[in-house]
Amino acid sequence: MYRIGVIGDRDSVLGFQALGLEVCPAETAEEARQALHRMAKENFAILYLTEQLAAQLQPEIAQYQDALTPAIILIPGKEGSLGIGMANIKTAVERAVGADIL
Amino acid sequence: MPSTTINPTRMELTRLKGRLKTAQRGHKLLKDKRDELMKQFMDVVRENRALRRRVEEGLMRAHASFTVASALMSPEILEQSLLCPKQSVELEMTFQNVMSVDVPRYQFQTKSQDPGEVYPYGFAQTSGELDDAVDALSRVFQDMLKLAEIEKTSQLLAQEIEKTRRRVNALEYVKIPQMEESIRYISMKLDENERSNTIRLMKVKELVLKEAIEDRRAENARAARAFGPARETFQEE
Repeated sequence: MYRIGVIGDRDSVLGFQALGLEVCPAETAEEARQALHRMAKENFAILYLTEQLAAQLQPEIAQYQDALTPAIILIPGKEGSLGIGMANIKTAVERAVGADIL
Repeated sequence: MPSTTINPTRMELTRLKGRLKTAQRGHKLLKDKRDELMKQFMDVVRENRALRRRVEEGLMRAHASFTVASALMSPEILEQSLLCPKQSVELEMTFQNVMSVDVPRYQFQTKSQDPGEVYPYGFAQTSGELDDAVDALSRVFQDMLKLAEIEKTSQLLAQEIEKTRRRVNALEYVKIPQMEESIRYISMKLDENERSNTIRLMKVKELVLKEAIEDRRAENARAARAFGPARETFQEE
């Protein structure tokens, strides 16, 4: 039995509460960092993180990238997408192939 | 360059030849693995991009409705209405093996199947925009789970491909040439030893022969001296 968590600023993540996901409002990068580490230790399989916070938490995200759980998935916050999620796909391709071929 | 210390012996040569064969077979297998992983990875990445685009659009729509809702309602009531969710999600995770990489597969179950049940609040005090937001979120949620699965898969595959690629390159450009070089070095050395051995034998034979000839000559000389006068007279006549 795994859990799904959402980390982000209050306005961006409040809606997910209605879906029954576990929401962890974090206004600053520091709060988000703590929440991230705490949730990674518990059995969260998926963590959704807003891109606005993810931009400041790159090392922490990289740390969990090669682990099986949790899967940290970036979602656009209420200010819109920063394109980090798409850039990450590009990075993955570059990592695997050695060049961006898409 | 023959690496620091290799014994130029026949045993070492046999051992190295065995290792080279293993390395070549390993190299071929790893290369096949890399190619297959790459194929899978490309499919996953394409799906990943499409899915991400869809999720981001869906979420932006949900956020837009949500922003309107939060403008129309007081923050307290907004929070209050969403505080106790009726819906809850149970997630099961299994693993699928893709070319020896374990990738997660998620199965989820919502507590209530009725899509109308997602609204955890009464409709009296909330604005319609909030309904829209929650509705949009619940619709994009399926895709979000799929996205989590695909994106994690692509990350894990990328990691595995990188690892395999490094191994293939290390074997192809370092290990195998090194071993070939060592094998060449040893076989040259062995040939060289063989030749020097032959030469030594020839030299020894020459020495022995020379000695024998000199012995014979000395003997002849002695004999000549003993019978010397006779021969001289003989010669004079």
